[in-house]
Amino acid sequence: MIKSKRSRLSDYIIAFICVLIIIVCLVPMLNILARSLSSSEALIRNEVMLWPKGLNLNAYKLVLSDSKYTWSLGWTAILTVICTFVSVTLTTLCAYPLTYSKLKGRRFFNALILFTMYFSAGTIPHYLLYKDLGILNHPLVLIIPNSISVFYMIIMRSFFYSIPESLRESAEIDGAGPFRILMSIYLPLSKPVIATLSLFYAVGRWNGFSDALMYMNNRAYHPIQLLLYNILNSITAIEVATQEGFASLPGLSDTLQAATVMFATVPILIIYPWLQKYFIAGATLGALKD
Amino acid sequence: MEKTWAERRRSMNNYLRQYWSLYVMLALPLTFFIIFRYIPMTYIQIAFKRYSIIQTPWEMPWAANNGFQYFIRAFQNQDFIYAVRNTLLLNFLDLLVGFPAPIILALILNELAFPKFKRLTQSVAYMPHFLSWIIIAGMAKQLFAPTNGLINIALTRMGFDTIPFLNDPNHWVGTYLLLGVWRNMGWNTIIYLAALTGINPELYEASAIDGASRWQNIRYITLPSLRPTIVTLLILNLGQILSSEFDRPFALSNPLVNSVSNVISIFVYQYGIRGLQFSLTTAVGLFQSVICVIFLFGANALAKKFGDRGIW
Repeated sequence: MIKSKRSRLSDYIIAFICVLIIIVCLVPMLNILARSLSSSEALIRNEVMLWPKGLNLNAYKLVLSDSKYTWSLGWTAILTVICTFVSVTLTTLCAYPLTYSKLKGRRFFNALILFTMYFSAGTIPHYLLYKDLGILNHPLVLIIPNSISVFYMIIMRSFFYSIPESLRESAEIDGAGPFRILMSIYLPLSKPVIATLSLFYAVGRWNGFSDALMYMNNRAYHPIQLLLYNILNSITAIEVATQEGFASLPGLSDTLQAATVMFATVPILIIYPWLQKYFIAGATLGALKD
Repeated sequence: MEKTWAERRRSMNNYLRQYWSLYVMLALPLTFFIIFRYIPMTYIQIAFKRYSIIQTPWEMPWAANNGFQYFIRAFQNQDFIYAVRNTLLLNFLDLLVGFPAPIILALILNELAFPKFKRLTQSVAYMPHFLSWIIIAGMAKQLFAPTNGLINIALTRMGFDTIPFLNDPNHWVGTYLLLGVWRNMGWNTIIYLAALTGINPELYEASAIDGASRWQNIRYITLPSLRPTIVTLLILNLGQILSSEFDRPFALSNPLVNSVSNVISIFVYQYGIRGLQFSLTTAVGLFQSVICVIFLFGANALAKKFGDRGIW
């Protein structure tokens, strides 16, 4: 009896540790939410912790009234949709043929693709290639160069492998070609993995900024994360005003910075429940080697 | 029996008639890999040549010192030496702090007796992984602000001095590590939790009969079962000790802490894309890629030597 009591006590200690972990994970987000909803005076008086003081939506209104920021949000959304579509299509076209054991040259194709996972030419050769191709500072540079992730391709391929080959064989007997089999058998059965990879690609594009920083000089095509970086790292409000067009604003207070961060975060938080539904399957599949 | 040439040709024709569309499908992805992954490799020769804007890499003249001029120049560059030092230092400390964290969290989650609460903890702990480093840097800037940030308000109210979390090189390293743990600890538990589900429950039943304590269960059953996963991941991480993330140090750094935050990838960005020293930075990139591949192969060989599965 004493033993079970002791273990119940330790159960609660462990639960308490988990509560602390949850708090640590949430505090930064709650803090920034509270700051974005507070008045600037309350922030200056050091009153804002986890709950907004002087509740108002001014910062959000100001951000939404800035055409540069709203354009960037919209552009990043469009970019994310295009990238996700292109990436998932190309990844499928890459993974599916490689599951055919009869495919001649399969070992070579696999080696060709896997090698790029371990050795990369580096930033500058890529930069110079884009320059020679003429896609530097063109929106395509944000879409094409990273459209296939080898890692995600492997995840998709392992999923395709798990579909019984007998299905394919019976379709072949009925006279269906590989493309027909992909469209009418493999894709309908692969909804979970397509959903997982779409979400991963979408989050990657939404969160990505280093490609735009390096290869995109045209501010009109800067994705939201890069705009956010410029806003957060401008030392003075005047600098922001001149660089990012917040010219109409009296000054960029912490409240406003918090609101801009919130705008970039909210889409991730909205899709997170769906993400969560799929990513564990995806992440553990990726851990398998084949 | 040897197939005749005609037979072979006929079977090849049959094969192509049935499977030609596979090659059509592969054409686009393979073109992608050739153009965007292999053609850049031909530009690597710029590391050994004097860059000229009007010539192709094949036509550029060789650099001095048998082509190694830019490698020599890189190692004479103080900024590059600092970048290598910072990369090694940050990666090593990150391994020291960030590697055990998910193992400990996985053990805690595994011992948690309330299933619904366990799922809630997991949901919350995985979330930071999906935030970009820019967003995290934005949150950190507000949370750790010197005067009106939450943490420093709390510290002053408790009677402590404020801490310059992001504005002093030493504290910055700590904050960098802390934020890495915050973002990745939960996510990295997934692989350990998956390994934990593979443990035979009979082991725990047997230990319960023997009257083992919770601690003894962890020490003698759970941890030994995780050992292969831990060893593999540890060695993989060691293999990446000279690879450098760009987003994380770039987003978190500021002019006050450049002495510790400038890593190799940032050096390449500043000297190459901003400073247009293409030969020098291609050389630096090649140096880094080669070392990374060597380390990775070495690490994989080590993993196999220790009796655990390698990565390929």
